[in-house]
Amino acid sequence: MFSDIQLTNYLLVGAFLFVCGVVCMTTKRNGIGILMGVELVLNGANINFIAFSRYTPLGLDGQIFSLFVIVLAAAEAAVALAIALNFYNNHLSIDVDRGDELQG
Amino acid sequence: MDSILAADSIVEFLSGKLSDLDTVLDNESLAFAIAAFVHAFLLINLFAIIPMVFIWAERKVSGRIQDRLGPTRVGGRFGWLQGLADGIKLVQKEDLVPKDADSMLFRMAPYIACIASFGAFMVLPFNSSWVAVASDVGIFLLFGILSIEVVGIVLAGYSSGSKWSLYGGMRESAQMVSYEIPLAICGLIPLVAVGSLNLTEVGQVQTGTVLNWLIFNSPFTFIGFFVYFTVATAGCKRAPFDLAEAESELVGGFHTEYSGIRWSFFFMAEYASMFLVCAVAALLFLGGWNTGLGIEETAGFLALREMGQNFLVEGFVLGNYIANLFGLIVLCLKASLLVCVQIWLRWTLPRLRIDQVMMTCLKYLTPMSCALFLGATIWPLAMAVTTGKTTLLSAPMGERMAPKRDAANGETSSTNSTKDSTEPNVVVNTDPVGDALASTLNEPQLKTSEGGNR
Amino acid sequence: MTSEQFLFWLFAVLTCGGAFAVVITQNVVRMAFWLIVSLGSVAGLFFLLNADFLGAAQLLIYVGGTVVLLIFGVMLTASGPYLQIKTSPAEGFLAGGIAFLFLVLIVSTVYAVDWDHKSQLMATHENGQATGIGPQPGYNPEQQGNTTRPIAFALLGMRPDKDLASNQPADLMDTGDVDDLSQAVYMGDEMELSTGYLLVFEIISVHLLVVLVGAAYLARAKRRVDASEVA
Repeated sequence: MFSDIQLTNYLLVGAFLFVCGVVCMTTKRNGIGILMGVELVLNGANINFIAFSRYTPLGLDGQIFSLFVIVLAAAEAAVALAIALNFYNNHLSIDVDRGDELQG
Repeated sequence: MDSILAADSIVEFLSGKLSDLDTVLDNESLAFAIAAFVHAFLLINLFAIIPMVFIWAERKVSGRIQDRLGPTRVGGRFGWLQGLADGIKLVQKEDLVPKDADSMLFRMAPYIACIASFGAFMVLPFNSSWVAVASDVGIFLLFGILSIEVVGIVLAGYSSGSKWSLYGGMRESAQMVSYEIPLAICGLIPLVAVGSLNLTEVGQVQTGTVLNWLIFNSPFTFIGFFVYFTVATAGCKRAPFDLAEAESELVGGFHTEYSGIRWSFFFMAEYASMFLVCAVAALLFLGGWNTGLGIEETAGFLALREMGQNFLVEGFVLGNYIANLFGLIVLCLKASLLVCVQIWLRWTLPRLRIDQVMMTCLKYLTPMSCALFLGATIWPLAMAVTTGKTTLLSAPMGERMAPKRDAANGETSSTNSTKDSTEPNVVVNTDPVGDALASTLNEPQLKTSEGGNR
Repeated sequence: MTSEQFLFWLFAVLTCGGAFAVVITQNVVRMAFWLIVSLGSVAGLFFLLNADFLGAAQLLIYVGGTVVLLIFGVMLTASGPYLQIKTSPAEGFLAGGIAFLFLVLIVSTVYAVDWDHKSQLMATHENGQATGIGPQPGYNPEQQGNTTRPIAFALLGMRPDKDLASNQPADLMDTGDVDDLSQAVYMGDEMELSTGYLLVFEIISVHLLVVLVGAAYLARAKRRVDASEVA
């Protein structure tokens, strides 16, 4: 178990984080819970980027891409939160299952 | 190496000693772990002493401002043990958790606030060679760790199950998230002149006279210092910006429901981060560990660093140690002076309203810091075009930087941490090409160091 | 066990445990707390991977910024104390089963690829010669985590970390003659300069500004619907 830390170890952590994020996005009915799932997914991807940056000859590019991912995640959180607040103003609840007016 | 006092770092000292121990860890890692524990132990003592001193200072200063004596009994005439007495009293109190509280988060919140404040000390250099982690992202990391403190306070406000706490927590989160922006931008203003995020390098370029302090580097850094200090005071939720715990309207704000040792953790965190932002102000603007009299560069002081070779043990330089200790004392004095100004402000100015606090930040301080930042980037260019040198009063940055870098590349840079390349987050400055490029930008002639030609 | 292994397993367990706790917790503020644990440990993994700048950015932007924003959102949208919106158990089991299969798929993919061989091929492709994995000779500040300056240069459109690395003419690098080196760098016909990410950087900063304005517009105070209207 305690062999040298390889690229695979980091990829597995990233994979677990990604799957947790996807489950969080699909099962939570709370709008903000869904947002947290998105953050987990993006972090799983970031771990992969930086692990590749360290263990392969990709060099710095992986780090720069994950920097962009972090910036975009912050922007995404701000917009999604504004949408969640609007949703709450219209439905008096943050339960996304209540947003079904367009259902035929 | 015979003694721990002679080694450049603890890891270096231990690496030869542990060869015949048979443990789960290999020797290098064991040395790393021991070094980490020693650094953490030294820092946590500092972290414990700071609140003790400043709580006493707060009581004494507030007493004098209100024409009282303040504490006089505990520990002699000046009541200097009052902080310790307060601590002992708080430990004895009952640790209450309200019935409506979310008990896990309620118990956890003070620790988060405390750990964030303590963690930020990790990258704070106390003199040119004493720093736990000599990171290249120093100030960025420091602000990053410090920003976690707000999470503890928001969680405390939410989990208490009390409306006063919730209001306090809401105010706090809005205030601290807003004030982080001008804090970071103001921190960048002097760094533009230095061209490094490493706090040790920032301190090193300010040797020499007072004019070399970054506050006198340009008019923008001069105003920037006062903006930084205002924002830092608000960022530590100190009066007149202490809306999160406004006792006249919110009972105790986010800590209404806390008692005993958990309550005191919040105050340890508050006083420690006050000291921390003041030490950063001293490092960024006020010359760091340099006295400003220029004595660090004199022959006498350099001779002191060479004195007492092999004192008591082989390889230990007593004079160098004393010089380093002197730097630590100078930095702590500067920081303490700024903390005293914060205390003075608290007992002099009335508290603002919450909308006034937010307006001060968003409408005045943020645009001001942005304008100052822009000015600080343009200033050296404008100066170079009009007068031919990049600074008005102080020596050009390139002249101050070049000898330091040559020295750092030539001999071993003696950070207290370690120079072991296998350790991930404990790094020293060995960035030869970056240095060469930086000094190319700073100086007319192309200048490379030995490492650049590899 | 080396310190790197110890720290990796510590952070990996905290990351995965925190993420798992986010999934199974129902109280949304506790979810935010576990998210902080998870994202903070990810920052630790970044430090282990010699990405100091990214680790600090993760702490500042994610833990100190985004999560606080989320908690703020929870407080603004909570209709009662300790809001819990539960998922039905059947949905939970279904999601858990699918997630497990998904995880198995990704893990088997990770193990199916021979990463060392791929990196070897990539190194050969980049340098025209097999240099192997691991630290390359030349300019490698990222080996110690000092990535601040290289990242800053890359965002300004310059790549000294690539241009000054080992794939340059060996004789030029060995002579150590400053004039030769500078000529080679500046003349451009002997040596191809790499490009950075200046345009991406500009686009992303404009994007951030647009998002800032948009979010402020979306979240502005409006008439709130009465409870009677919704029911």
